[in-house]
Amino acid sequence: MSGRLKIYLGYAAGVGKTYRMLEEAQAAKEQGVDIVIAYFEPHGRKQTIAKTEGLEMIPRRTLQYAGTSFQEMDIDAVLRRRPAVAVVDEFAHTNVPGSERVKRWEDVRVLLDAGIDVWTSMNVQHLESLNDQIWHATGVRVRETVPDWVVDEADEVVMIDLTTRALRNRLERGVIYAQEKAQRAMDNFFTEANLSALREMALRHTAHEVEEKLVPAPQEAASPAAGTERILLCLTGRPSSAVLIRRGKRVADYLRADCLAIHVVADGEESPEMRSAVDRHLRFARNLRIEAHVIESGDVPRAITEFARARGVTQIFMGRSAPRPWWQRFRENIVQQVVRQARDMQITIVAEHRR
Amino acid sequence: MTEADRRPNPEELLRRVQADEQRERRGRLKVFLGYASRVGKSFRMFDEGRRRKERGQDVVVGAVQRDITPDIAAILERLDVVPTVTERHAGKEYEVLDVASLFRRHPQVVLIDGLANANPPGSRNPQRWQDVQEMLDRGISVITALNVQHIREKQDEVECITGKRAAYSVPLDFLREADEVEVVDAPPDVLLNRSGPGASDDARRLAELRELALLLAADVVDGQLQQYLDAHGVPTLWAAQERILVCLTPRSNAEDMLRSGRRNAERFHGTLLAAYVEQGELGTHDRERLDANLALARDMGATVHCLKGTDFVSTLVEFARAQRITQIFIGHAQGARGPIDRLIDAAEDFDVRIFPQRKTG
Repeated sequence: MSGRLKIYLGYAAGVGKTYRMLEEAQAAKEQGVDIVIAYFEPHGRKQTIAKTEGLEMIPRRTLQYAGTSFQEMDIDAVLRRRPAVAVVDEFAHTNVPGSERVKRWEDVRVLLDAGIDVWTSMNVQHLESLNDQIWHATGVRVRETVPDWVVDEADEVVMIDLTTRALRNRLERGVIYAQEKAQRAMDNFFTEANLSALREMALRHTAHEVEEKLVPAPQEAASPAAGTERILLCLTGRPSSAVLIRRGKRVADYLRADCLAIHVVADGEESPEMRSAVDRHLRFARNLRIEAHVIESGDVPRAITEFARARGVTQIFMGRSAPRPWWQRFRENIVQQVVRQARDMQITIVAEHRR
Repeated sequence: MTEADRRPNPEELLRRVQADEQRERRGRLKVFLGYASRVGKSFRMFDEGRRRKERGQDVVVGAVQRDITPDIAAILERLDVVPTVTERHAGKEYEVLDVASLFRRHPQVVLIDGLANANPPGSRNPQRWQDVQEMLDRGISVITALNVQHIREKQDEVECITGKRAAYSVPLDFLREADEVEVVDAPPDVLLNRSGPGASDDARRLAELRELALLLAADVVDGQLQQYLDAHGVPTLWAAQERILVCLTPRSNAEDMLRSGRRNAERFHGTLLAAYVEQGELGTHDRERLDANLALARDMGATVHCLKGTDFVSTLVEFARAQRITQIFIGHAQGARGPIDRLIDAAEDFDVRIFPQRKTG
């Protein structure tokens, strides 16, 4: 039987995710649970380090990369030890190149598959579907992300809340970072506005996870309206397709709709750069568990609408068409053509935020 | 709204300065919000009191709940306590804050558990939260703990979930005006120590209460964020919450758009708005249809706005920006596509969702 995953969700470094996780680990150990620390990131925080005392810690594995040594979780050692529960800090971490798996959340899935329960910690900004929203709100493009389905599959998500004032006080007192770094953090990312926005997103997301995990009420399960919605994302090689994928998937998840993606190759028109960008987007979509198709056709809008009709799509998601030189503007662009041809469907043109 | 409209005028600035001064003299209120008893609110509150005392603040306990866990008892041993007074009235026992002693003692911070308690008839305040307000007015800071089922405006929802209604309540504004609100979250399984029939119903009820508390906290944070941004003159073009604007015309297929808007707003726990851009006089038939659409929007729980502007697209886009809209719903154009194309071009900050028109339209 697969292990259970519990995620301690916070909205910034220093809200107390690891502390709370270790506190609960101590309590579990006292009750006789076979619990070990599989990975812990001390960050030089004394109070947190003190909470590891008395807990068994699996030594980390040292890897060499580009002349530097890196320490990663030793998955094989954890599997050999086979505890009932493994505590794994920093769920969104990217492993050093040369590791067996790219992401720590993938390592965690190996532990779960082996029947080990995992407790882990992450911040809301690492959620893939919130990446653009967070960039728009804070100006920070988060690089380490976790696909939403990984979090959705967790058995429990617990919000570790702290008021922004208390967090900024902790920063000022040097609890989270060294003084100099703390001041820089306060001026940049840890502003009142950024922290409040992130906190609100974390609260809303935890509420969403709670709702998703609710056993559906009998009348809701029987309703024919649920589950009939189907969303199609139209992918291109333009950078905005990544935004489209995240946004479309998020809407589909919230509406509990199916989500498909399509890319139409217009006969031999694609440059190698475009081709590799498209491949990246297709891979990205598939990583988010979106069924992605590639179709060849000389008539892109027709191919999209025909595919949509054949698959019972109710809503088409598109990015805005690329800007064109003035002499081409009298012709309809692809978005306009799809809008004209698919008058029986909902069509969403996704925002392209600028900061 | 133009830039100039957004800038505060002198009276507004003076009012803010006065409000700030008053706020500075007032004690600070911090509330630990939970979704059920035993999630650990009280522990978190007393633990914060302990830490503050260790950092040198003058902290006093003003009220504790009847059943104290051993970890709370351990903290209480290290804190000063001004015990509540037991009063009897009409055969009932009330635990009442010893307000007079607390005022005499005048600590920096008072810890008060059981915020929703009532005082017996004839007390200086009918309810405990009003005692707390008096303390704040006198410059004493208060840390307290509150359960979502005790918030007056949420009691109908709670009753739908649990079938029960708490006897005493605290107004939502008390929470909104708190300086800090912190959620105490925990998975419901720590509260469920029984199995067998009824256990899954309990789990469901607790999960629903938990969701209610989290969303309530999100709303409070959103309100505070908005206040902060307004006070610092920061324009916000983004929202942490979905805000859906349905664009109505006399000819639009309002029902499908509104129904979908309602569903989207519910699923995202967002807000539904509807707007109509007035452009000249309408014929009797169109006027009636529009009025029917606007009435339907109100029935669906949308806040309805009638906008005036010479240009349909720019009026709509400006309104959407000011309202931090994340999605605009609009009907497929029946004749010229011009406005929809222009809306798509102008819409950088929100999605545009185009809806089919019914043939009978």
